[in-house]
Amino acid sequence: MSHASKDAIVSVENMSFSHGPRTIFDRVNISITRGNITAIMGPSGTGKTTLLKLIGGQLRPQSGQVTVDQQVVHQLHRRHLFELRKRMGMLFQSGALLTDLSVFDNVAFPMREHTQLSESMIRALVLMKLDAVGLRGAHPLMPSQLSGGMARRVALARAIALDPKIMMYDEPFAGQDPISMGVLLKLIQVLNNALNLTSIIVTHDIKEAFTIADEVYLISEGKVIEHGPPDDIQNSSSKWVQQFIQGHYDGPVPFHYPANDYQTDLYG
Amino acid sequence: MGRACVLLFYLMTALISVLIRLRLLIAQTYSVGVLTFLIVVVSGFFIGMVLGLQGYTTLSDFGAESALGQIVGTSLVRELGPVMAALLFAGRAGSALTAEIGLMKATEQLSGMEMMAVDPIKRIIAPRFWAGFISMPILALLLSAAGVLGGYLIGVEILGVDNGIFWARMQATIDFKSDLLNGIIKSVVFGFVVTWIAVFEGYDTIPTSEGVGQATTRTVVYSAFAILGLDFIMTALMFGDF
Ligand SMILES: Nc1ncnc2c1ncn2[C@@H]1O[C@H](COP(=O)(O)OP(=O)(O)O)[C@@H](O)[C@H]1O
Ligand SMILES: [Mg+2]
Repeated sequence: MSHASKDAIVSVENMSFSHGPRTIFDRVNISITRGNITAIMGPSGTGKTTLLKLIGGQLRPQSGQVTVDQQVVHQLHRRHLFELRKRMGMLFQSGALLTDLSVFDNVAFPMREHTQLSESMIRALVLMKLDAVGLRGAHPLMPSQLSGGMARRVALARAIALDPKIMMYDEPFAGQDPISMGVLLKLIQVLNNALNLTSIIVTHDIKEAFTIADEVYLISEGKVIEHGPPDDIQNSSSKWVQQFIQGHYDGPVPFHYPANDYQTDLYG
Repeated sequence: MGRACVLLFYLMTALISVLIRLRLLIAQTYSVGVLTFLIVVVSGFFIGMVLGLQGYTTLSDFGAESALGQIVGTSLVRELGPVMAALLFAGRAGSALTAEIGLMKATEQLSGMEMMAVDPIKRIIAPRFWAGFISMPILALLLSAAGVLGGYLIGVEILGVDNGIFWARMQATIDFKSDLLNGIIKSVVFGFVVTWIAVFEGYDTIPTSEGVGQATTRTVVYSAFAILGLDFIMTALMFGDF
């Protein structure tokens, strides 16, 4: 079965990847539809961040391929890869703001690196991007003065600085208070529609993901367990899926880390 | 070692882009220099004073106090200037470089840059490497100069060696090529090796807090070994009569 359809902007085909001896992905197929918000979900450590790095061409798969905008990322020449990346924005889990630059300079950074725009033009654009995330007033602050949620929004403003076509979010909701969570949810949705983006959200926050995603992928132990619209997933008959989305502590994913027999451990 | 050489190769090829963005290089040289300037000058002064005291005590046994200027000058320019400046540089600027780059890696700043289609080697690592490379010889010269002043203070002002003789002997025995130039060559080599170790350890850090800590320690330890080992080899080549 081929997942590479016409309106797939990102497609992962039969892709396998391992960190040394550890298999992270085992012949995975994922197809991201243009214009959609796709949530990729799975327990911590399943390789969600790794997947985004594979799409961004920072890692290369051992087999299979990753295609973005009809280009096979890991076959691209470095210069072309960099061109492609200008059309992709990525929001890192930690925000990844440059700590020695102010909020303004952080958002201006990609513009100064990649365009010949005049300073006054850059100023106008930076303020516009910051305004879009509601932080125009914070432009003179340093990253260390921002709260976690604000840092993430600044990073978001920076990620959209070059008007990307694809936005990738790595755990955007992790560690956010309910209000920042709501703000981020709204922003992701609004930006996706207003800027005609395709958004990929990697997360393990079920509720948030199910609210905004058009399509959901569940991955675990290197495989895609289930995919489809949120409603279908919610009604899935798979025990694993039910455990994951309802957060039962025991089930197909056992509560206990594999161990010897309790008796044997206790009495030798 | 292989990865360190690959990095070095990239650093070399990035030289042109560093020179194009001179502002980054100047900013880095300034920050590396400022980090180490005060330590180097103060340490140099104390080293010079110790040399003055020890030299005077030894020389006066032979009634040769007049050679004090020579002893202080040559030991500083040939050995102590480059070696001590490099050790201090490794402890202060080298460790700071490793920690800074390592933290940037741990907080995904380097990854983030790559995703913004900016090469972190060109933008972050290379300017720091070349800044260290430029600063080292200047710092070594500053240390020697401060040391000579320290030696002068103890020898001439306090212990009463003749002012004119002190300076005359120093000038007469320090040869431009064999002393000053060799000292500068040493400090250039040290600057190169120490900053290379520092930026590599930072770039190669395991991106966790322990990882950054370990990398910083490694920078200081490896640098110290490299400096002392290379100093012996270079001294043997430059001044040895084999
Ligand atoms: N550079 C690396 N070397 C070896 N293992 C790694 C490396 N990076 C990540 N891993 C491992 O790969 C697995 C997936 O990591 P990651 O993609 O960060 O997971 P997630 O984002 O889903 O929590 C983790 O178990 C992690 O320990
Ligand atoms: Mg992750």
